[in-house]
Amino acid sequence: MHTFAELIIVFVILLDLALAVTGSLSSCIRLVAMQGVVAGLLPLLAGSGAPHTRAVIFAVVIVILKGAVFPRLLMRARDKSGARKDVEPLISYPASILLCLGAFIASSWLGSRLPLPQANVAWIVPASLSTIFTGFLLITTRSKAITQVLGYLVIENGIYIFGLALFVEQPLMVELAILLDVFVAVFVMGIAIFHISREFDHIDTAELSELSDWRRGEYGK
Amino acid sequence: MIIAMLLLPLAAGILAFIIRSDPARRALLLWTACLHFLLTGLLIADSATGGLMLSFLSGALSGPRAAPEAVWFAYDALGLLFIGITSLLFLGAAHYAVRYLALEKRDPGEDADDGSIFNNAPEAVFTGCLLLFLAAMTAVTASRHMGLLWASVEATTLLSAPLIYFHRSKRSLEATWKYLLICSVGIALALMGNLFLGAAGLKAGAGLDLAGLLSNSGVLDKPLLKAAFLFLFVGYGTKMGLSPFHTWLPDAHSEAPAVVSALLSGALLNCAFLGILRVNAVCASAGLADFTGGILILFGLFSILTAALFMLGQRDYKRLLAYSSIEHMGILALGIGLGGGAVFGAILGALSHSLTKAGLFFTSGIVVAAEKTKRISDVRGLWRRAPRTAALWLAGFFLITGMPPSGIFLAKFIILKEAVALKHYWLAGAYLLFLAVLFAGMAGVFISMTFGEHEAKPGEKPFDEPAGMLGPAAVFFACVILAGLFIPGWLNGLLTAAAQNISGKL
Amino acid sequence: MEIVKPLTQYLAVMLLSPLLPGVINRVKAFFGGRRGQPLLQLYFDLYKLFLKTPVYSRTTTWVFKAGPVVGVSALVAALAVLPFAGRPSFLTFEGDFIFLLYLLGLARFVTVLAALDTGSAFEGMGASREMQFAVFAEPAFFLGLAALARVTGQSSLAGMFGALTGDIWRTAAPVLALLTASLLIVLLAENSRVPADDPNTHLELTMIHEVMVLDHSGPELAYILYGAALKLWLFGSLIACMVLPRHSGSWALNSALFILMMLGMAVAVGVLESIIARLRLTKVPYLLITAFAFSALALIFQMGR
Repeated sequence: MHTFAELIIVFVILLDLALAVTGSLSSCIRLVAMQGVVAGLLPLLAGSGAPHTRAVIFAVVIVILKGAVFPRLLMRARDKSGARKDVEPLISYPASILLCLGAFIASSWLGSRLPLPQANVAWIVPASLSTIFTGFLLITTRSKAITQVLGYLVIENGIYIFGLALFVEQPLMVELAILLDVFVAVFVMGIAIFHISREFDHIDTAELSELSDWRRGEYGK
Repeated sequence: MIIAMLLLPLAAGILAFIIRSDPARRALLLWTACLHFLLTGLLIADSATGGLMLSFLSGALSGPRAAPEAVWFAYDALGLLFIGITSLLFLGAAHYAVRYLALEKRDPGEDADDGSIFNNAPEAVFTGCLLLFLAAMTAVTASRHMGLLWASVEATTLLSAPLIYFHRSKRSLEATWKYLLICSVGIALALMGNLFLGAAGLKAGAGLDLAGLLSNSGVLDKPLLKAAFLFLFVGYGTKMGLSPFHTWLPDAHSEAPAVVSALLSGALLNCAFLGILRVNAVCASAGLADFTGGILILFGLFSILTAALFMLGQRDYKRLLAYSSIEHMGILALGIGLGGGAVFGAILGALSHSLTKAGLFFTSGIVVAAEKTKRISDVRGLWRRAPRTAALWLAGFFLITGMPPSGIFLAKFIILKEAVALKHYWLAGAYLLFLAVLFAGMAGVFISMTFGEHEAKPGEKPFDEPAGMLGPAAVFFACVILAGLFIPGWLNGLLTAAAQNISGKL
Repeated sequence: MEIVKPLTQYLAVMLLSPLLPGVINRVKAFFGGRRGQPLLQLYFDLYKLFLKTPVYSRTTTWVFKAGPVVGVSALVAALAVLPFAGRPSFLTFEGDFIFLLYLLGLARFVTVLAALDTGSAFEGMGASREMQFAVFAEPAFFLGLAALARVTGQSSLAGMFGALTGDIWRTAAPVLALLTASLLIVLLAENSRVPADDPNTHLELTMIHEVMVLDHSGPELAYILYGAALKLWLFGSLIACMVLPRHSGSWALNSALFILMMLGMAVAVGVLESIIARLRLTKVPYLLITAFAFSALALIFQMGR
């Protein structure tokens, strides 16, 4: 049995829960980075026998990007934005964590229903699905622009783990292209956050509500 | 040749960041667009001359030298059609952008709503991103591998975000942020769909390239394929602007500069649609056409309904155009979902919509320049202030709502005919009803804007219509009218072959 | 002869449990740079309190007097089902972990009733907080034990902990690690330890458990203190059985190891209390929800294996 890989999966889920209750932006950034690193290392541990050179290279690239570059970028965006350093959720933390738990239960049910090829690491499918859900939770219930980027990264982590669960081997070029896209996405979003904080003096996306078809009375002026 | 088409805008885009002089950069943009169009034209001519037709349809580029599974980039008829649209639009956009940039340089203009003067992004960034955007779209249309297609679509999102933020105002920033986030998350779901697609073909060893998927379509795992379709549909559908995932679209289209709106609406939405079409082809050849068709019809009809509802009482004419794009995307999805002859209609619709909508957005840019506002109620008597623009504006309205003769009329009619022929009477009825509401909603707006007495604002100078900016729109409209009257043989061949591609034939 | 070992175990628990708070206090004093109380301070306190005459407020009734007595009896009874070093005690039957939970609930209930009986605002406040946290702590504890029952396939406490071996740790390490973490949090919260509560606090407004027993005196206070020590032993021994699944076969060796482990637990709690700060009162539920989440996760993991 891959007890060690299973421990990592449990760790990923605990990180999801931790993300749901963490109030400080910098710890959130660190947690997401940790999750990315752990997810990046997973393929080396889950496979049987010595890993391929390709897998090692890819893991190294992921660990560097997600463990060092992204947190650095996001921390800079956080510092530059001069905003309050906590997350300011729209729902309470207990509600977040209960939603997370509910998502985990739902994803274990879903994982057992999906006609997927048998994964050799237990819980990898529910873990990935609930990670994706946590990402959505971060995007929808947190008001800061940075937490939305973090949510995007968490979704990406979840999808990456899901890919491991399905053993979908993509050609190296495609995987690198995907990683490059994620990198550029974080980069562009970081720039956008910088501009938002300069234009609006905050990075609270709840205030980004001028463009809408619903508030017709105020629209335009 | 395809590599050249990819590298040309890529190199030009990087060069645009380096060049210091504005005129040189504008010339670069124009020449790249012309060359790209030339290359595309050569490819289409190549395929139309018949001799090479078969090799195109089998997915390999030039002759039998490349085995299908080894090909990253290659054009089939569908990709060729879409790159043709994109390249043509880009050529028009480049002409328009050159004048537009010169105009913006002299007078950056002010925000139509809060009066703050625009602090435009550097022109180098704009031009560079525009060219790189073209490279990404070329990659989307040429990709033969679903993973690569995904990466290219995400690249288009990232590269077009700075374009939307050209005016550097609060409102454009808001639009950019929504666009970035909603599309990126949507596309992340599409990645999930790619994984399902890979899992569906795991036993058969189909991989993720189209040739492998299509040739193994019989042995793909059906439930996983359905899941893959759903995720890819939601993912690319977000980018394509299908309701209810469309929320970013009106904001981005209304806040971006007119030339960018035209490219987003005319070229980018098609590129996202291509993603859906590719997986639809796989599903269709695996015998899931009923399942995918049902979903496409449902969301297509819902998009038309959403667009119709939001157009009534719309106050911003660029948003109105954006909702009209949602409507047309809905019609395309509907046509593909119905299958049979409607597929041909849908592709013809994609072509005509792209040209018409781009022309309309180009014209709207001139209207904004003339009237300094995007509010419908503030524009009256356009024909007095800018008669040629007003004529184009009205012509665009007739074309986009599907008045004959136009390609859009033909497309809408073919889809309706197919719906009736397939005995979907309720569907046909709802479709007609929504189109009538749409027509009524748009007619009021366009007529009130064009006619009536123009009230001169204090200190208003006479408006000098820039002919160079009117030109592309006029040419596009002429093309659409021509397409409604007569479809040349080579185009017909291309459209038919593309329709076959969509139905899952290699 | 079969009665001797359980009886010895039982007496050992009764006698040794007041040692744990002493150990914790010494560790905390060491971290604080003080010499601290003698290890046996609680024994002295208990002796002293038993000699005193209790004082009662005029507003109290028999409920106030019954509270500590019933509370300590419930805990003494609970010890009867508590395994010692993975061995059964006097009583063991299917589902006895639910019995244990209810005894603990009873003890809490009578303490709260006694606190309310005084009619004092402070004690009412303490009682309300105690119940509020119990709402989160009890499900966490219950789910944790249920998950353990799933892991081992047994439904009695002695059975569960008896079946825990190194092999189970090897195959179900994630589940057991989660359970241990959950039990540890529950231990800290239930025994009014930092970060949930501060046993040394002198400010009534921030107290939780201590504020409920302010009005008790003499032998009744002694019952309460003794009950608290027993409760600490109870939770501690569950964790000790969990992380020390070694069965060397020799009863004496096992027991000695187990008692050492208990002292180690006390040291660990002392260290934990010294290095982390107390949580803000409003954040304590988050801590308990975390414990609940751990237990729930462990249970879900185990269900799907």
